[in-house]
Amino acid sequence: MSNKTNDKIAALVSYFNDADELDKPFVIAMFTGKKPKRPVNTSLIRQWATELSGIPDWLFAESYHSVGDLSETIALVLPPAEHLTNRKLHEWINDLAGLHSKDEDDKKAFILNAWNSLETQERFIFNKLISGNFRIGVSNKMLVNALAKQSDTEANKIMHSIMGKWEPTEITYNDLVGGAHVNTDSSWPYPFCLAYALEMEPSSLGQPNEWQAEWKWDGIRGQIVKRNGELFIWSRGEELVTAQFPELHFLVDELEDGTVLDGEILSVKDGNVQAFSILQQRLNRKTINKVQLNDAPIGFYTYDILEYQGEDLREQTMAFRRNLLEKIISQIEKKDIIVLSPVVSFDRWEQLAEIRQGARKINSEGIMLKNLQSLYHAGRKRGDWWKWKINPYTVDTVMIYAQKGSGRRANFFTDYTFAVRDGDKLITIAKAYSGLTDKEIKEVNSFVVKNAIEKFGPVRTVKPELVFEIAFEGIAESKRHKAGLALRFPRIARWRKDKKADEINTLEDLRQLLTSTLVNS
Amino acid sequence: MSLLRFTNKGIYCKKGDFYIDPWQAVDLAVTTHGHADHVKWGNKAYLCHDLTKPILHQRLGIDLKIETLPYNKQIDINGVKLSLFPAGHVIGSSQIRLEYKGEICVVSGDYKVEYDGISTAFEPVKCHTFVSESTFGLPIYKWQPQDLIFSQIKSWISNNHDQNKTSVLVAYSLGKAQRLLKGLEGYSSIYVHNSIANLNEAFIRAGVDLPETIRITADTKKDDLQRGIVIVPPALAEGRWIKNLINGSTGVCSGWMQVRASRRWRSADAGFALSDHADWPGLLSAIKATQAEKVFVTHGFTATFSKYLNEIGIDSEEVKTQYGNEEEDEKIEEQPTVKEDLS
Repeated sequence: MSNKTNDKIAALVSYFNDADELDKPFVIAMFTGKKPKRPVNTSLIRQWATELSGIPDWLFAESYHSVGDLSETIALVLPPAEHLTNRKLHEWINDLAGLHSKDEDDKKAFILNAWNSLETQERFIFNKLISGNFRIGVSNKMLVNALAKQSDTEANKIMHSIMGKWEPTEITYNDLVGGAHVNTDSSWPYPFCLAYALEMEPSSLGQPNEWQAEWKWDGIRGQIVKRNGELFIWSRGEELVTAQFPELHFLVDELEDGTVLDGEILSVKDGNVQAFSILQQRLNRKTINKVQLNDAPIGFYTYDILEYQGEDLREQTMAFRRNLLEKIISQIEKKDIIVLSPVVSFDRWEQLAEIRQGARKINSEGIMLKNLQSLYHAGRKRGDWWKWKINPYTVDTVMIYAQKGSGRRANFFTDYTFAVRDGDKLITIAKAYSGLTDKEIKEVNSFVVKNAIEKFGPVRTVKPELVFEIAFEGIAESKRHKAGLALRFPRIARWRKDKKADEINTLEDLRQLLTSTLVNS
Repeated sequence: MSLLRFTNKGIYCKKGDFYIDPWQAVDLAVTTHGHADHVKWGNKAYLCHDLTKPILHQRLGIDLKIETLPYNKQIDINGVKLSLFPAGHVIGSSQIRLEYKGEICVVSGDYKVEYDGISTAFEPVKCHTFVSESTFGLPIYKWQPQDLIFSQIKSWISNNHDQNKTSVLVAYSLGKAQRLLKGLEGYSSIYVHNSIANLNEAFIRAGVDLPETIRITADTKKDDLQRGIVIVPPALAEGRWIKNLINGSTGVCSGWMQVRASRRWRSADAGFALSDHADWPGLLSAIKATQAEKVFVTHGFTATFSKYLNEIGIDSEEVKTQYGNEEEDEKIEEQPTVKEDLS
């Protein structure tokens, strides 16, 4: 498929025009990450593919590294198919679902037979079906736009429908895009309204009194939905995360039916927001233990209300919604857990700029600006909501290792490891693989080729000569890293061709920064 | 291996006192083929196949001392018997066979085993020592037969035609471009970039039979171009030049297109895994056919490929060379500006 968004949407529209009716809901399910339970585990699939290809494990691993995608690697290394078959997508999916109850020999026979009857491209898709990871260059938004175009329906309604609870085996395409299922389903969230980064001067936004300023929190964006006596917590990744945050479950008794709150899930201790690194300790765990509950207690900083008494408020102004939100929150008892995210008052933009400088002290990332007259948009829309982040932290480092990229950068050295100085030694502090232009990548690549000192598999040790400024969002203690700390979201800010390796930062510099971020929590 | 040495100037035959595809200037450069990573400017003399000569003149200049040989003809250089065998890579590409006191070495340069319709077909040569490339030395690289790829290209062209888009094929000036022309014989109005047109003319003068093409010049009308098929070298496909010129769809023809990620990396609208290098089975079959006792792997996935050869019982070693960047090194001249058709 092409790289261009419009071409992709056109291709999707044309697919949904012609595709088999029973296939369509499955395709939507796959693109939106609704994963069926994996019928066969990955290591078995990989083992069978290696066996069938007659290559050693290490060679499969090298191939995988070069391709960057397991499903594709398998599709490419297998011997050519011996007999081709033509089956519908939903037939394959049903067969795969039926494998759960089979024993390993039956599973293997089915998979091997399938591989032997599919062409390379079809095999790739089949492997993706097994893994359930079907996110290949089609974002939710893109899919929604395509479905909206194909079915002549409003995009936010489609977003609603596909984000809700439905099973591809039980719904027709028309019912799905028509939203037949969403009214009877009490869990559905609204599409989040997202902000653009403010890159111009805030004064260009107009008068300060047209805007509401809030702190920008560094946690998990969440929506709390209470309907029909049930409570649901959605994360921005459209995942139901209710079970992960038991501290918030009391809201089932506090909120009225038909209430939806928007806000940020944070770790809050003694009334202070803690660093993201602390919240992180309890994310994506199947069970939460007492220690975690104690070390990283959860709070919900709410800043918007999307539904009240069952009524969709997204067409109301920010000012109206804020007013209502304040009233509702004031009636809730546990104010340490459900917190009204404060409005930052200011009269002049320069004053706000000054306040913003204090963001790090309260573990905030900066300021959010919301137009008081703005509606709650579905997704990202320019103009009404802005995030005005404080500048990231930066550190000057030297490149010490380089590795060939995977996927689209498989044939260039694009993944670099950076170090800071610790006495006479260099100590690894971050790995990063983004932030350079294609031209710079080529330049660094030829430096690596010429200055490789040692070789460990795909990794090259290079002469510590190139200095890069690394930007990052936070710093945390880490026992797993030699440096004793880890950077959050490290990326290459600039290649400092003007600096020499002896001018880089030291580990001590970073330790001091770490201490300063933890003081507050 | 007494006959060949890998030096910092290139592959050296001490007995004969000549280099094969050196990357620094030497007295005598025996040249496997005309790609820029295998032949450099500044050598005192060149020895290559008859059909590589026009390429060298075209690319390196007129003022060169070039001796040529046909395939399968043996000559003697300081007691070393030297002959050329077809490598099937591009027109004129040769494997260099050396023999001295019963010891035989073959340096293959770049090669592919499938006949491409225009370069003399690869011929395996029995030897004691074989020097092989490994550009596509991973088992993920298995080419489809050329006919199948050409039928995909043709259906892509007709699909573009239906959408009023020009098909812009991206191919190396030397080799791939001529192979495409042969495969697309019968299509009218194929426009080519200067670098391709110059080589085509050199080949035609040397007696190679090539389909007719139109050179893109400052006089080419935009509308005419829009209706044709365009072939450009890789360096141009990424630039704005071609995108500003016409409403086109780009199809990159390269073995790297086998992998989805490379297609995205090159931001191609379509990718065709049409390669002038041997694929994984091709490399293995070629090497086995030589019955060589020792295989040196020069460029590509050298470490991986050489390790695998050792595992299957073929004594192999990787060698560091400066080959393997045909694409990067392809020299691109100034672009002609095409006139808007105002009539």
